[in-house]
Amino acid sequence: MTFLNEALWVLLLGSLLGLELIGKVPPTLHTPLMSGANAISGITMLAALTLIIKVPDNPPLLLIGSISLGFALFNVVGGFLVTDRMLAMFSRKSKGNRK
Amino acid sequence: MNTPELLKFAIDLIAVLLLALGIKGLSKVRSARAANRIAALAMALAAIGVLINSVGNTGITINSWSWIIIGSLIGGVLGVLTAQRVPMTAMPETVALFNGCGGMSSLLVALGVAFYPLETIPNNSVDNLIETLSIIISIFVGAITFSGSIIAMAKLQGWLSTPNWTQSKVRHAVNITFAIICLIASIQSFQGINNVIFLLLIASLLLGIGVTLSIGGADMPVVISLLNSYSGIAAASAGFVVGSQLLIVAGAMVGAAGLILTQVMCKGMNRSLLSVLFGGSLSKNSNNKSKDGEYKNITSCSSEECALTLEAAERVVIVPGYGLAVAQAQHTLREVTRLLEAEGIEVSYAIHPVAGRMPGHMNVLLAEADVPYEQLKEMDVINPEFPATDVVLVLGANDVVNPQAKNDPDSPLYGMPVLDVNEAKTIFVVKRGMSAGYSGIKNDLFEMQNTSMLFGDAKKVLADLMVELKELGIGKK
Repeated sequence: MTFLNEALWVLLLGSLLGLELIGKVPPTLHTPLMSGANAISGITMLAALTLIIKVPDNPPLLLIGSISLGFALFNVVGGFLVTDRMLAMFSRKSKGNRK
Repeated sequence: MNTPELLKFAIDLIAVLLLALGIKGLSKVRSARAANRIAALAMALAAIGVLINSVGNTGITINSWSWIIIGSLIGGVLGVLTAQRVPMTAMPETVALFNGCGGMSSLLVALGVAFYPLETIPNNSVDNLIETLSIIISIFVGAITFSGSIIAMAKLQGWLSTPNWTQSKVRHAVNITFAIICLIASIQSFQGINNVIFLLLIASLLLGIGVTLSIGGADMPVVISLLNSYSGIAAASAGFVVGSQLLIVAGAMVGAAGLILTQVMCKGMNRSLLSVLFGGSLSKNSNNKSKDGEYKNITSCSSEECALTLEAAERVVIVPGYGLAVAQAQHTLREVTRLLEAEGIEVSYAIHPVAGRMPGHMNVLLAEADVPYEQLKEMDVINPEFPATDVVLVLGANDVVNPQAKNDPDSPLYGMPVLDVNEAKTIFVVKRGMSAGYSGIKNDLFEMQNTSMLFGDAKKVLADLMVELKELGIGKK
């Protein structure tokens, strides 16, 4: 019950934080931001990891966990790299502006 | 709390802080790139936290390690390859694909725990109820995210068109049926999880397909953004399943962020989220409209005429659209504008909030071609400047410059904020053919007296234009 209690608070505060953080963004950054946020949603890799670690002698579960981990890492690694690729163009630009 | 637990706790706190800072930083051009790296670092830390805690307490067997390494290696390598190979024009599809995989991951975790519970929880307890509920939500939302994202990707790639039946009322009946099956399967699951969970899984997958399939291409960015939000919800829900606070925070943040972005996009297109989700494709609703939408009095011209007009201009505004992205013409465009600038002609770019297939799509594209940031002007800034503009060059944009949105109350576009390019002295529209835009609606701009059409692929037309400009001796100074 304590976990549940805390977890619900965490859920509430996390959602509020998300609403506030994203509130003011220039349209330029919408695509990169979407892509970056998308990469963060790959945090389920932690759930997959936990699954694999907690049941080391359950082959079906290990397989499921491993596949799940693969999907999640695909999301995380790909997501951050793609975002970086997009943003690389901006950062070069803004440096040029300051000169 | 023993040492590893304490360490994990500290790492989790730092990770949440960094994730929040990362999202915050992503909202400013200057800090965005560093912020993205901070977020990536936070994710790596979070994974290390889980590993440290497990090694310190229960230990991780070699068997587990090998499964971890296999899974992460395959996923990671594929992720790197995809991220490097994909062209900038295919960004929306790519985000959809990554997003779908995130949903799949949450779904699989929940499915695994459903059949092989991590801890034995007494039946009929509150904990049991919550566990079942979070498993159901993870599977339901994860499945919709996955199938919806894959369909969205396929449609954006042009692998799938919108089937006719999805435009009739039948689709509502079909989707409602899937939804009801999901609901029944969920209720059944509370009596004890068994194979009924697969019914939920299949019905949810079909629901994701059914809902996404009917949505027209122009609305796809909104759908991807919404699905992005869903994948956050799925992650948060998976956090309840495995008991991880960090997952819940991160998932909730992404879920909330996705919702806000979705709202912003809807606003830009003057569409409500409900009409996007349930209204079907715009073009079908306006069928009777486009029947009498034959174009008359179209003036087309050669690139030579266009070059001559540009030479005499003082202020030129470029309106980029999806056609520019498809033709990969941003670099050629930049060379043309360099010539004009060398001649002292003032060039700016009018960026409609939903030009392309995603907000910011055009900014990314033009930034790639070294277009100075301050030349990109947003709609509200550029609109009052059109009457004082000599030449507008519309490159593969259509609906965002359609005057119908202002003048014709019967038009499905009516009320959508558009760029008032028709107020400029001369307008050149570069377009592949006379086909309608993504909304399938006729564009009155093309029939206007001061509009000339330049037919052809944007890159080809711009290359021709450059040759003509050089022959005129522009940019020689």
